[in-house]
Amino acid sequence: MQRNSTLYTISFAAVVCVICSIVVSGAAVLLKSRQDRNVLLDRQKKVLAVSGLLEADESIPPQEVQRRFEERITTKYVDLREGTFTELGDTPGIYDPVKAANDPASSTALEPNPAQVRAVPHVALVYEVRDEAGAADQYVLQVWGNGLWSTMYGYLALDKDGETVRGLTFYEHGETPGLGGEVDNPAWKALWPGRKVFDENGEPAIEVVKGEAGSPEEDPHRVDGLSGATITSKGVEHLINLWMGGQGYGPFLAKLREGAA
Amino acid sequence: MAVLGKAERHALVDPIFDNNPIGVQVLGVCSALAVTTQVQTAFVMAIALTAVSALANVSVSFIRNSTPYSIRIIVQMTIIASLVILVDQILKAYLFTISQSLSVFVGLIITNCIVLGRAEGFAMQNKPLISFIDGLGNGAGYGVVLMSVAIIRELFGSGRLMGYQVLSLTKEGGWYQPNGMMLLAPAAFFIIGFLIWGLRTWKSQLVEAE
Repeated sequence: MQRNSTLYTISFAAVVCVICSIVVSGAAVLLKSRQDRNVLLDRQKKVLAVSGLLEADESIPPQEVQRRFEERITTKYVDLREGTFTELGDTPGIYDPVKAANDPASSTALEPNPAQVRAVPHVALVYEVRDEAGAADQYVLQVWGNGLWSTMYGYLALDKDGETVRGLTFYEHGETPGLGGEVDNPAWKALWPGRKVFDENGEPAIEVVKGEAGSPEEDPHRVDGLSGATITSKGVEHLINLWMGGQGYGPFLAKLREGAA
Repeated sequence: MAVLGKAERHALVDPIFDNNPIGVQVLGVCSALAVTTQVQTAFVMAIALTAVSALANVSVSFIRNSTPYSIRIIVQMTIIASLVILVDQILKAYLFTISQSLSVFVGLIITNCIVLGRAEGFAMQNKPLISFIDGLGNGAGYGVVLMSVAIIRELFGSGRLMGYQVLSLTKEGGWYQPNGMMLLAPAAFFIIGFLIWGLRTWKSQLVEAE
């Protein structure tokens, strides 16, 4: 066959494509379980970190992460429309609220909002963290919303009183390293514990401000923003207030405050 | 070096300084801007690009005599793209945190001009072994620039090296006020400009005659 004939060219292209696709799909299949484990482990680590069960500079082996997680944390599901705990039907695999939010069948569309979240899932994941005695101590809520460049996905740990922040961390974002990326800075995250997410009327009241904010006791709703990252800071404020609101975890947290969840 | 002949030695060493892909040919600058705020990510990126470049060169070289001329570029792209996905998958499985910080840039090795440039410019005309070495050499040349830029940016931008605090920051009670500009893309442009200037002063044969 001639090297520049059409038939040869097409068959050559086909052979190259088949070989390449075998390599790519082979790698994807072989490495899939390991990658899923990494993602799950990373989430568990972040949940442990936000609820104070893992120090920021502490590095522990995967088995230890799993042990601590199983010992102190229960994964629960909350129906955001009702604000009550619910059970999942038989859904295959790990439930992912972010995926659920993208599917109109399993989410509630939102009006345009400052956090630029288009829809919230019907059912959200909530991690119940128990204290050493085994009683519910805090709840880790999954939250997300837009910063400057990216959607920031994070966990907000609230005390069992349903309004006091115990911790805030982002597990995935694409903000500028050194500026908006400082949402990962431990010094900034340390400003959050002790703040109250609701005002006396039960409305979401977190405000990220320019300049100094006082201690949580005297300035319970305000947090000092990140310098050079106004839009990211405002994004954090918007997303927390959205998720604390009536279409987010609001009803669930109201029940929690009344002690009826 | 005894196993390598003169030609192989040149293929390996030349791209590091004399014919550096970033410093002399000014290729692959895009990723040099994006992943150089931390030394660790820059290092992994350099290794990833070296692996892709070397393996792509070998594969392209093996089939160079049977590749139809009219579709050679797309064949090269297909091979490069497959290798990049392979590297990305491996990083996600074995170096999860680093792969998160490299995010989209591993995938963008596909569009890195160095890789396609070497496949088309070198591997299409040369035997597999020397093409492999050429890929390694160009990866190393890219890596040298990437690492230099990353060391400067991480040190002056956040006072750290490889994630360890080297200069104590004012906000933690030390003396160093980090230079925020170092963490933005323009700083990489300036640093690469200075590196090219330095390289051309050192190797004056690189300066084009007027």
